[in-house]
Amino acid sequence: MNERIPLLKVDGLTVEFRTRSGVVRALENIDLEIFKGETVGVVGESGSGKSVLSYAILGILDAAGRVTAGSAVFDGMDMLHARESELEEIRGREASMIFQSPRTALNPIRKVGKQIEDILLRHGSVTRAQARERAIEMLGKVRIPDPARRYDAYPFELSGGMCQRILIAMALACEPALLIADEPTTGLDVTTQAAIMDLVRELGRRRNLATLLITHDLGMAAEYCDRIVVMHAGHVVETAPTAALFRAPRHPYTASLIAATPRVEVSLRQLASIPGKLPDLRRTDLPACRFSERCARRETACDAPLPRTHIEPQHMVACWRPL
Amino acid sequence: MSANGVSATKTAPGWRATLRHAQYVATDNPVTLGAFVLFLLFVLLALCGPWIAPYDPLASDTAAALQGPSARHWFGTDALGRDMLSRIVVATRLDFGIALCAVFASFGIGAALGSIAGFYGGWADRLIGRCADTIMAFPLFVLAMGIVAALGNTVANIILATAIINLPFYVRVARTEVNVRRHAGFVEAARLTGNSEARILARHIFPNVLPPMMVQISLNMGWAILNAAGLSFIGLGVRPPQAEWGIMVAEGATHIISGEWWVALFPGAALMLAVFCFNLLGDGLRDIIDPRRRT
Amino acid sequence: MLKTIAQRLFGALPNVIGVVIVTFILTRALPGDPAAYFAGAAATPEAVEQVRRQLGLDKSLPHQFLLYVGDLARGNLGNSLSTGQPVLPEIATRLPASLELTLCGLVFAMIVAIPLGVLAATRPGSWIDHLCRLLATAGVSLPTFFTGLLLAYIFYYLLGIAPSPLGRLDVVFSAPPTVTGFYLIDSLFAGDLELFWACNMQLMLPAITLGLFVMAPIMRMTRAAMLGVLSSDFIRTARASGLSRTTVLYRYALRNALLPVVTTLGMVFSFLLGSNVLVEKVFAWPGIGSYVIEALVASDYAPVQGFVLTMALLYVLLNLAIDILYGVIDPRVGVDG
Repeated sequence: MNERIPLLKVDGLTVEFRTRSGVVRALENIDLEIFKGETVGVVGESGSGKSVLSYAILGILDAAGRVTAGSAVFDGMDMLHARESELEEIRGREASMIFQSPRTALNPIRKVGKQIEDILLRHGSVTRAQARERAIEMLGKVRIPDPARRYDAYPFELSGGMCQRILIAMALACEPALLIADEPTTGLDVTTQAAIMDLVRELGRRRNLATLLITHDLGMAAEYCDRIVVMHAGHVVETAPTAALFRAPRHPYTASLIAATPRVEVSLRQLASIPGKLPDLRRTDLPACRFSERCARRETACDAPLPRTHIEPQHMVACWRPL
Repeated sequence: MSANGVSATKTAPGWRATLRHAQYVATDNPVTLGAFVLFLLFVLLALCGPWIAPYDPLASDTAAALQGPSARHWFGTDALGRDMLSRIVVATRLDFGIALCAVFASFGIGAALGSIAGFYGGWADRLIGRCADTIMAFPLFVLAMGIVAALGNTVANIILATAIINLPFYVRVARTEVNVRRHAGFVEAARLTGNSEARILARHIFPNVLPPMMVQISLNMGWAILNAAGLSFIGLGVRPPQAEWGIMVAEGATHIISGEWWVALFPGAALMLAVFCFNLLGDGLRDIIDPRRRT
Repeated sequence: MLKTIAQRLFGALPNVIGVVIVTFILTRALPGDPAAYFAGAAATPEAVEQVRRQLGLDKSLPHQFLLYVGDLARGNLGNSLSTGQPVLPEIATRLPASLELTLCGLVFAMIVAIPLGVLAATRPGSWIDHLCRLLATAGVSLPTFFTGLLLAYIFYYLLGIAPSPLGRLDVVFSAPPTVTGFYLIDSLFAGDLELFWACNMQLMLPAITLGLFVMAPIMRMTRAAMLGVLSSDFIRTARASGLSRTTVLYRYALRNALLPVVTTLGMVFSFLLGSNVLVEKVFAWPGIGSYVIEALVASDYAPVQGFVLTMALLYVLLNLAIDILYGVIDPRVGVDG
């Protein structure tokens, strides 16, 4: 929140997927903004559309996916309506992404150093030798021991944590303004998770990097994010600064999520699970509030199109009966 | 394709569902439908060939030799004045017959051996695998040549050679399919109800293995016809004056360079159509049975 | 690296043993009188007996096998009936011709099939995709000998573009001095560009004929492998990193997709070596295929045996080379722990 103009502003983003069994309404009317230097967490269950959101912003959706409405203005340019060549310029240089399952996210038969080099050569006017030097430098920055030797390593020779560091090196090599981290710690052990997230935070701070952290792990979001966006079944249901969200969640779904998150002071038996499951997004009769069918606070008013209530300037909830 | 444990002798998708799916594939895939119609046409020719051929395929008439297609001889005549159309129609029976016998022999033996290997494992698996590997160590057509040359120039030996070189495919497919299902739920259920191992293999597992094998059979028919024709082309197997597509192309080879194209073209075209038809059918069958394996 | 090569060599041994055993069975252990085969159709009973003693066919089977293996080790593949010459030197002289033809056929097939496969994979379900698959199926349905005849008819007889399909070299030219036995390479070594071009022209139709048949499996595997690779995680990373479309397609996707294609080369060579015989007959190519066909016509048995053995051993060697090649280009192989 250092500038008045957000680095990335997503407005009314709606995404559909055409499949053999019908049209999946993956995202509907998503609003999101992120400012330079801040870390915004996007949390929700699997299938809530978190990853689809990031793919749509960068323009790397599946062939079956289509953006049917909305805009995503990044640094003055609408990513959703830009030409592929323009997007190719931005990807990896102004806005980067790291993924889950880091080992499969790397080219298995290409040396990791070369993969970093490929990005440097693509986006910068550097010579081969300069790119190689910078690649080794990046390997050092992400705390890979013996970076000059590790340059020649293949992904299968490295641990999951090291592969994720390589991905971070690739993403940050060209000093982007925005980093999208899609479940970067899934599949890593707890110690490595913390190390990776600490690395991202530290590197980000130095560069005033805006980070969009996508995760289903509320604990991680609480620890590393300035603001949190809660998603459910393709909708944004609540956005708030982290402290406010956890202290007083206003959306019933957010409250259930928090109640269901394992914490040290709560025994497993006391954890409440959220009843029901995500609605089938192929339905043509989806209700206006996609949580209403699982909500204990549901009433007739909930069939009307969702409001965007600002409880406080920074705290938005999309609910007719907020807590 | 999961098997329900109820009646394990049924193939996993019920036949009514398969029929509906076949209809869907047929309309979705007019090419496959066309191939099937062509296949029926060939079968008709094979069955009724000798009766519907306009001339005696062996009757030579040197006065009428090497005449191009005309109203009297739709496909022209060959060097000995024999009617090409009749010879081609009659050859259908021989070529199809050879392919059918060879493929079913290799299917029968190969599937049995592969099932045993996949089910019992151990030394049976190793032995059968070793034999299949040894066959595969040869370029297959070369091995067929060697077999026919060694055993003698007869149609029966062509069938034998083709059957032998096709064995490894069936052994491999059967072995994999049986191996995968060996510990499936319905097999365990059959064991618990007291079925002997052999009975389980024969009556429970094998019918489930059949569908992927059908694809293999159709593709193999085309390959078997090519093989038989190839062997005849180089003088192994079928001998003149028998009418067989391969040997007819060989007879036409010397003439095509000097412009008498019909002697080689029509039998070659018939060959190509037949093999093409089987390949398309095989692809279509593959789409019906397991759309995931489409390549 | 050397260790994996040694491992592969060792793994190929059972195949070599199997090949030797099978060829032994085919020649000595079959019903009928092998001596009569080797003596020829026109032999008198005394000649047959003489051949029987000469070849040791009167001894027990295990003994015969040892003799057979001994003969092979000494390079004795018997003598041709019609020429009286030993078989092995004749095969050795003719082998480069067949190899040149086979390799050119393979190169042609790959040059056409791989780009087609990539094209079909980048537009799945489109009319291009269907057309490619149809072409591939058609290619594999055409009998090789028929394709050869058709091509010769169209391009030589009708259009006059191709030279007369009568061997490796037109009569006005003489063969280049032998360095490798491959006319294309040897003519370049001799610096004779005109000769090189003439050899090339003679090679074209037979090589295309051979290649057409194996285009289908190569194209299908390329397409399938590309489709698989294009939907994998690392391609998504590459796209998200802004790498250009060509880089993603060729340096990242295709290189990975080629790995399974290399594994299909084994089957491809089986077809190529088999169809070689047919193509050599159609184009009067002086390789080992023509040699064995002449021998068959004359019921001359030793060359046939030599041919089968040579082709099989060549095939084992080629498969070995493919295995080793795969180990070289995939860095993950050889990490057997």
